Amino acid sequence: MDTLASLADGFAVALTWQNLMLALIGCFLGTIIGALPGLGPSNGVAILIPLAFTLGLPATPALILLTSVYYGAMYGGRISSILLNIPGDEPALMTTLDGHPMAKAGKAGEALAISGLASFIGAFFATWGLVFLAPQLVKVALLFGPAEYFALFVLAFATLGGIASRNQAKAALAAVIGLGIATIGVDGQTGVPRFSFGEVHLYDGIDFLVAIVGLFALSEVFIFLEHRAGSGADDKVVKVGRIVPPWKMVRETLPAMGRSTIFGFIAGVLPGAGASLGSFISYTFEKRISDRKGTFGKGDPRGVAAPEAGNNSAAGGALVPMLALGVPGSGTTAVLLAMLLALNITPGPLLFQQNPDVVWGLIAALFIGNIMLLAMNLPLVSLFVRVLLIPTRYLMPAVAMISFVGIYGISGSTFDLVVMVIFGVMGWVLRKLDVPLVPIILGVLLGDQMEKNLRRAMTIHDGDWTMLFNSWLAIGLWTFAIVGFVLPLIVGRYFRPKIADEAIAEGSDPD
Amino acid sequence: MKKLLGLAAVFTLASSLSAFAFEPNNTECIAPANPGGGWDFTCRQVGKTLQDLDLVPGTMQVSNIAGGGGGVAFAEVVGKRNSENNLIVAASSATATRLAQGAFPGNTMDQVRWIGSVGADYGVIAVAKDSPINTLPELMEKIKTDPSSVSVAGGSAVGGWDHLKVLIAASKAGVEDVRQVKYVAFDGGGEAVTQLLAGSVQAFTGDASEAKGFVDSGDIKVIAVLAPERLEGDFSSFPTAREQGIDVIGANWRGFYAPGEMSDEAYDYWVNAVSKVYASDEWKEIMAQNGLAPLDLQGDEFQAFVKESIDSITDLSKQIGIVK
Repeated sequence: MDTLASLADGFAVALTWQNLMLALIGCFLGTIIGALPGLGPSNGVAILIPLAFTLGLPATPALILLTSVYYGAMYGGRISSILLNIPGDEPALMTTLDGHPMAKAGKAGEALAISGLASFIGAFFATWGLVFLAPQLVKVALLFGPAEYFALFVLAFATLGGIASRNQAKAALAAVIGLGIATIGVDGQTGVPRFSFGEVHLYDGIDFLVAIVGLFALSEVFIFLEHRAGSGADDKVVKVGRIVPPWKMVRETLPAMGRSTIFGFIAGVLPGAGASLGSFISYTFEKRISDRKGTFGKGDPRGVAAPEAGNNSAAGGALVPMLALGVPGSGTTAVLLAMLLALNITPGPLLFQQNPDVVWGLIAALFIGNIMLLAMNLPLVSLFVRVLLIPTRYLMPAVAMISFVGIYGISGSTFDLVVMVIFGVMGWVLRKLDVPLVPIILGVLLGDQMEKNLRRAMTIHDGDWTMLFNSWLAIGLWTFAIVGFVLPLIVGRYFRPKIADEAIAEGSDPD
Repeated sequence: MKKLLGLAAVFTLASSLSAFAFEPNNTECIAPANPGGGWDFTCRQVGKTLQDLDLVPGTMQVSNIAGGGGGVAFAEVVGKRNSENNLIVAASSATATRLAQGAFPGNTMDQVRWIGSVGADYGVIAVAKDSPINTLPELMEKIKTDPSSVSVAGGSAVGGWDHLKVLIAASKAGVEDVRQVKYVAFDGGGEAVTQLLAGSVQAFTGDASEAKGFVDSGDIKVIAVLAPERLEGDFSSFPTAREQGIDVIGANWRGFYAPGEMSDEAYDYWVNAVSKVYASDEWKEIMAQNGLAPLDLQGDEFQAFVKESIDSITDLSKQIGIVK
């Protein structure tokens, strides 16, 4: 009960008019930032840090502003994923898989509303998880050594087949391209640059935001240019669907949201795994569990609910190691951590005792922000869907412009713009070849971490491969990985006989 | 750009008339990394203090030019902004390490002007609280007898500063082939400490500030501080390496450099401004809160200090085979 009393104190701290206004502003800005391709939660928070300093805000209000932006961006990322097939940030990647097909089928309103609800549920329960489980969960993070992390990423890759609806070989090819891109840059375990050709810009590797915006946003622009820009032929009447999802759809997706919240939260708690892994695992598991008719990838509402609940839940989970260990679980929490340090608060095992007002005020702010976001996002669905009514010939130049400005804004480097254009051309070619784009990004995101952890495990154990199976946790993860990889190959033949049906999906995007 | 050059020209002209004519204007601090790291912190905190002390007009703009471990920003300053007077760039031991190892292709420390330091984060070597090892010589003895039994985790890449600190200590402790020391690179000190707590590794090398939260909670045992004397505050109970007979100092200094063709007046102005920040009570407080220890070097002294540290890192890197 102590916890609840502390939480009540937290609400007392957070519930002032000033803080509520800050939360409202943060939520609104965050949603916009999340929706813009190229600007994700970490940039959003970073952009607003100077604002918090300039306003001279004390610790709690500053944190409330920034975490509202954080949660807001996690909500907002889904909007461009669904409407434009361009992920607003990397955790929203998986939402494109079913969200965009839903929009194409004239159900954009439902997709946005369901994903908004899923975001709320994920974030809401993750915040409760943060309240009650933070101290215990830290122990979970401590169970994961390099060998266990490696097994976890192997598990993620083993389920990769789950996201490709048509051609497994092409999905595998895409993942390999991603893994290849992940090897660019200085190798931490030897300090030697790889594939950087003496170009200092490549020493840190390819920023995955640059890759995402190039592959998704710019290739979309190229495809549009190719199909006769300006002819006006594509200005067909677009149906935006209902703004309020039918109750039946909500009921169907609730179990998916529940499961994904748990997966996402666990992924968020593990430092280095983060929201992208959360939404990815949520999606692939949901597909494995409930895709009986092969509707995933073609606009199944559960395929929208799962990754959104997963990534928002991971956002809450990532705060656990940040607050309790001082170890950021994601890029955004790294920025928040720096903010805490700048405000003279040392995160770490003693934070809960030393600065209870800050921690509980922050947690209360998360609840408030989350409810605000739901209240803001559901009515705004009708506004967002109007994006679809904008003729493509106006929309696409805007997408191109936002992409360039967004990427330049992050790094201030024209080199990144060139890389982005190269990725755009690559995305265009791959789309022509019907190669899915999502596994490429997953290869970049997960491959990098997978390699690092394998190398760490090998260094620690002097190259003894058997040490990868040295704990029950690792063995368990390996078992899941093998079962997850092999089982669909055997069982799939009997339960999903209608592969031929998928030819109907001709003309729809491969991703 | 033209406008800025024009401004610079006006300043140079004006400054030839009077000795102290440099007026800062639209000042900018480049943090050569994404927001959230040490360089970003240096820019923002120093910028804020400069503002509070009225040393710069208005706010100091912080730009994050990430990439190449600071190399992108270095190349940008040298190549495109070499004569700006209102620009300073955050730097640290990591900058010196990379310059020493030739990791900024085609760039050397002489291409920029080194302004001054604002403090140092001294290195620590720590073990888990239940480790049988209690002193630095014990750890080194273990590495000597069975190098494969000790994995040391740190937040920098191989060849980075966290790695080099351990190697310097090992070489001073009489480990003949320092390449035997097993170093595991993690993404930042926080992840490395977590792996120490998880028991995946036996020792941690990092900065005092990275270890602070865990020292307070008693989860880790600091066996050596790599400072000339014991640190103040929470760390005062931990012995230095020197006390234990291993003469090694590992300071992760934080400071600034400026464009190579900055005018002398502007350079003097910045050296003076950074000294004033360093001497202020506001900065003392920030240092205490962030575990920064004193390191007061400005102007020529700092230039010499950076040169010396680059030379010694070059030697060590050659010894371990990172630089040929």
